[in-house]
Amino acid sequence: MIKSKKSKVGDLVVAFFCFLLILVCLLPMLNVLSRSLSASEALIKNKVWLWPVGLNLDAYKLVLNDTKYTWSLVWTAILTVIGTCLSLFMTTICAYPLTYDKLKGRRIINTIIIFTMYFSAGTIPMYLLLKELDFLNRPVVLVVPYCLSVFNMIIMRSFFYGIPESLRESAELDGAGPVRVLVSIYLPMSTPVIATLALFYAVGRWNGFSDSLMFMKKREYYVIQHLLYLIINSMSNIEVTTQEGFSPPGLSETLKSATVMFATVPILFVYPWLQRYFITGATLGAIKE
Amino acid sequence: MKTVALAGSPGRGKKFIAYIKRYWTLYLLLLLPLTYFIIFKYIPMQYIQIAFKKYSIVKSVWEMPWAANNGLEYFIKAFSNKDFINALRNTIMLNFLDLIFGFPAPIILALLLNELPFPRYKRVTQTVAYMPHFLSWVIIAGLARQLFAPTSGLVNNFLTKIGLDTIPFLNEPKWWVVTYVFLGIWQSVGWNTIIYLAAITAINPELYEAAEMDGAGRFRKMWHITLPGIRTTIVTLLILSLGRILGSEFDRPFALMNHMVNDVANVISIFVYKYGIQALQFSLATAVGLFQSVVCVIFLFMANALAKRFGERGVW
Repeated sequence: MIKSKKSKVGDLVVAFFCFLLILVCLLPMLNVLSRSLSASEALIKNKVWLWPVGLNLDAYKLVLNDTKYTWSLVWTAILTVIGTCLSLFMTTICAYPLTYDKLKGRRIINTIIIFTMYFSAGTIPMYLLLKELDFLNRPVVLVVPYCLSVFNMIIMRSFFYGIPESLRESAELDGAGPVRVLVSIYLPMSTPVIATLALFYAVGRWNGFSDSLMFMKKREYYVIQHLLYLIINSMSNIEVTTQEGFSPPGLSETLKSATVMFATVPILFVYPWLQRYFITGATLGAIKE
Repeated sequence: MKTVALAGSPGRGKKFIAYIKRYWTLYLLLLLPLTYFIIFKYIPMQYIQIAFKKYSIVKSVWEMPWAANNGLEYFIKAFSNKDFINALRNTIMLNFLDLIFGFPAPIILALLLNELPFPRYKRVTQTVAYMPHFLSWVIIAGLARQLFAPTSGLVNNFLTKIGLDTIPFLNEPKWWVVTYVFLGIWQSVGWNTIIYLAAITAINPELYEAAEMDGAGRFRKMWHITLPGIRTTIVTLLILSLGRILGSEFDRPFALMNHMVNDVANVISIFVYKYGIQALQFSLATAVGLFQSVVCVIFLFMANALAKRFGERGVW
């Protein structure tokens, strides 16, 4: 089809708007990156726009020397790995049995689970439960209480529904039990949904901070976002500056930018690689029962 | 095994045994998730009673004495608490603004992306547009604070340079609301296009061809084919957001707020955190949380019923 002149102009207008969108998404990141790489004097004089001025890595060195901050990064990474594995396991063993039409009691189990999506007891009852369980201020509180998301379970179940039932039936005729079918047929075919949910859970843990804020009082167990919140709001300093007893003007600003970069970069490096997976995953969530 | 005995005829019993033999592992798999839901979603519900009772640290929930005014004391207290009324107002206001500005945004962007003829460029745009979704609100608040800082921020520097006054984006209540809504759109608009774009791909391409034959231009095709094609998706998502009109996020307002804008940033979830977890007024905070949960469910039901009345599918 030959495009008319008018529609070509239209295409360019559309392309221009998309370019604006890219700018609006990227400029803030670029600005913070430049600030983190700039000399603190340049920052004070408002010279830093989208390019580092007086390029140096001092802020990064200082942040890396701050044991509290680096430990928090490592700690959150550990929690993220453990939490993601646990969540994927729980999600799988929850979603898989529910795909069996013949499963007796499936409807009622389904209702029990879905109900929690629409009505929750609330923050304080959760807090009191965790107190009762003696979970408060222990690392377990950052992993277990929110380890299974109904929404993600539905995504996985929708994906499982898409696997032809004939595969399962023929395996069952060969004498394979349900668990065997899950491990040798379903899971190998489920890379897209597993990758998607791993990303969702991992990002959730890496980015979450309200559980740490509400249920964790021990500083050494604060997750990175919680610590970052305190740093950004100047409720906590990067150790080094205070220890050395001086803080050149503007340094705290470059430091804040550097801490933001440290907490952001891991995710920015991961998500583009999983894009083709999570698009399918995010779409599956919309399919309803 | 009792059920087998009760099941009556031996044939049915045998069938049941065969069924259990074959599928018991499925129940075994479900055991752990169900335990999770019972412990972390259902057992907390017993603490809802605290909303109607006088909290006591030494007694179990079941033994605590009922609160005054037929147990409604804490609800009365909540509604005569200025802070709560303020939180209620802010919650509705911010969610309403999110709905008006944030809801159409991804639809418009999806239509725009759908019109983009360069596939490579389209992919790049999408990847970049998804990025903010993966940033935490603490990080976004960090970015925003640097970007919108009154004297040193990029945006205000720019405004000064072109001869305009600086704008207190995060420090003045009215502007804070604008920034809050804008950042919400910034964070979610790209991600939310995914679902609309998927719906658009499901539209039969022959419809477009036929429309072109009839001489329909870009906007007519959008209006008469694309939009009706994704109507179901729009309605479903609209129902869900209407159901959330009294729901409140915690991370977003909490990360973005500061003491200068408490008046507009204080939403219900923050109220619950301040009064419950910080000030340990469990009964009051639970009452407020319960009020919020119940209203959310009612709103969701109403939105769903409304959609069905207009001939849409609804969410269940």
